Amino acid sequence: MNLRETDSGAEILYSGHSACPGCGAALAVRYFSRALGPDIVMVITACCWSIIAGGPPLTTLKCPILHCPFPSAASVGSGVKRGLEQKGNRDTTVVVLAGDGGTFDIGLQALSGAAQRNEDFIFVCYDNEAYMNTGMQTSSATPYGCHTNTLPLPRTKERQKKEIMRIMAAHGIPYAATATVAFPDDLAQKFVKARGIKGFRFFHLLIPCPPGWGAESDETIRLSRLAVESCLFPLYEIRDGITVELTYRPPQKAPLEEYLALQRRFSGLERWQVEALQHSVDRDWERLLQQGEGAAPF
Amino acid sequence: MPVEMITGSQAAATAVQRAGVDLVVAYPITPQTAIVETLAEYWARGELGGEYVNAESEYASLAYCSGAASAGARTFTATSSHGLAYMHEMIHWCAGARHPIVLANVNRAMGAPWCLEPDQIDSLSQRDTGWIQLYCANAQEVFDTILQAFALAESVLLPCMVVFDGFYVSHTYEAVDIPPRDTVARFLGPSCFAAQVDPGRPANLHGLIGAEAQSRLVLSRHRAMERVWETLREINDRFAALFGRSYPAVEGVACEGAKTLLVTAGSCAETIKSVLPALDGTGLLRLKAVRPFPARELRTRVEASGAETVIVVDRNCSPGLGGILAQEVKAALYGAAAAPPVQNLILAGGVDLTPWMLKRILDGSLFTGGGGPDREVWGVDLA
Ligand code: SF4
Repeated sequence: MNLRETDSGAEILYSGHSACPGCGAALAVRYFSRALGPDIVMVITACCWSIIAGGPPLTTLKCPILHCPFPSAASVGSGVKRGLEQKGNRDTTVVVLAGDGGTFDIGLQALSGAAQRNEDFIFVCYDNEAYMNTGMQTSSATPYGCHTNTLPLPRTKERQKKEIMRIMAAHGIPYAATATVAFPDDLAQKFVKARGIKGFRFFHLLIPCPPGWGAESDETIRLSRLAVESCLFPLYEIRDGITVELTYRPPQKAPLEEYLALQRRFSGLERWQVEALQHSVDRDWERLLQQGEGAAPF
Repeated sequence: MPVEMITGSQAAATAVQRAGVDLVVAYPITPQTAIVETLAEYWARGELGGEYVNAESEYASLAYCSGAASAGARTFTATSSHGLAYMHEMIHWCAGARHPIVLANVNRAMGAPWCLEPDQIDSLSQRDTGWIQLYCANAQEVFDTILQAFALAESVLLPCMVVFDGFYVSHTYEAVDIPPRDTVARFLGPSCFAAQVDPGRPANLHGLIGAEAQSRLVLSRHRAMERVWETLREINDRFAALFGRSYPAVEGVACEGAKTLLVTAGSCAETIKSVLPALDGTGLLRLKAVRPFPARELRTRVEASGAETVIVVDRNCSPGLGGILAQEVKAALYGAAAAPPVQNLILAGGVDLTPWMLKRILDGSLFTGGGGPDREVWGVDLA
């Protein structure tokens, strides 16, 4: 399967939106909305996309957009789907779009509630690893060794990033997947697959954010690719919280250093910290490989 | 019409069932829980008509309603006290988004410390959010007001909070007329307000705007609140024609020629009504609507009565200011011809209003004997 096969042909993202140059979040929405097709409703919580969506009456997307308060994304999404059904519409796909703050932090309770009830919508977390809409503040998705405006140098994040995919898998939801914009075929295929599944579907998208990450705006795809090739952000899917399947296996593991060196947010890392990070990436990758072979529970 | 002995909570739930609701979202909290439990029983028996969802918090309940209402669904949730406070962000949001959601709030004090008594501070703390607030004094009124609330909310496109006292109303068994669903349907048909989320029709709903656009939207909500009076009158006329009962925004009892007027909201009015015959020269003005606030009507009725003193009974207190209703009444009477002094009996904490307490404040010794025009008395000191 390639993009042509998964593409609905519907361009839902208009040009002229207000995302920063090189924004991975705008690209991701473009790819997945083309895959899902035009019959979607986008519920957007407080995040960069609150701005990218444009100021009413203007709009960036050719579909209904419903903005909602920060902690409420998954609850509002549940309500929209249930409300549409009560009014006789069973077909429209409801997509909830949240950043890492709206997913890992302030939105986690609603997310867990909706996942546990197996509400019938797609939750997309575009994870740029900090509060970027407010200008790069620490979230629980911010990785080890990173500095932010609320964790400035010489300090860096001492704790590892929250493992959101394991949390979601623990809810036993029908479908959860990771994806990035450097692998658009993989991303589109997963969304097409998700569209055909009933119940709660979760996406974890790693989203390079040039201003927040301190990277060049033409490095977005390269950074996404390096995250995957280094096994920092593996591409996989989980069915029913149990069956893990890798959808891409890097032919050769790229060293993490190359990925880190492209970003000023990691400029505070010392040698031993890079090694510690490499070690944890290797450990997590091994664990995932075992799970991919069904050897261990996720 | 079938009369049943039920509690205020059961009356609320039964009204929601009769209203043909599309979605109920539930989360428990004392003293509200019996409402969502009764609705769950209807649902389990296949008699609810709509969907029933157990949410993970009150915040989620209202957010859920907000999503469904934006798709055009008739939604209901119920809460109390800390639950209402936890919803606060969504309470503002739902008013701004013009969702005609109906929420029953059973009054309960706010912690710390834990207290389950029927202080009205929970709902009064939400009075600036843009929700219609209708206060009920008994179980029949709860039943009737919930039906009226759906009609009102969907007509002016504002959310509506139906408020009643914990325990005194929520847990007390009373005889309630329960019209069958098809009779109710003649008053309230299925929801037909326009859906905001309309698949296939691109729209950027509730996205970022500037100060001027926001100002115009706040103004439009303010104007919608003014339309409540006319709409409520029409609704009451239709309701009275079918069921023989109606609930004006201000209910007056024995006001003409009264020397003293008692003003309150909620079930304190029932206690007052029961002793009025024994109290010469005393009348009652009960505030059914607290938002919008019936300032004009209140002023007219106080002026017409010629009363020398107004005593507001407040089962709440805004520390540093006093009873909240007393402040609103004072504001309403400001500039009135010969505005009488407004005094305040404060029952914060949910203290019960007793006939004995009323006798003591009305025998003249408490308010008029040495107290200034702004005198306040705490009920708890009279016990
Ligand atoms: S701050 Fe980052 S995520 Fe937000 S719009 Fe800019 S590039 Fe995109």
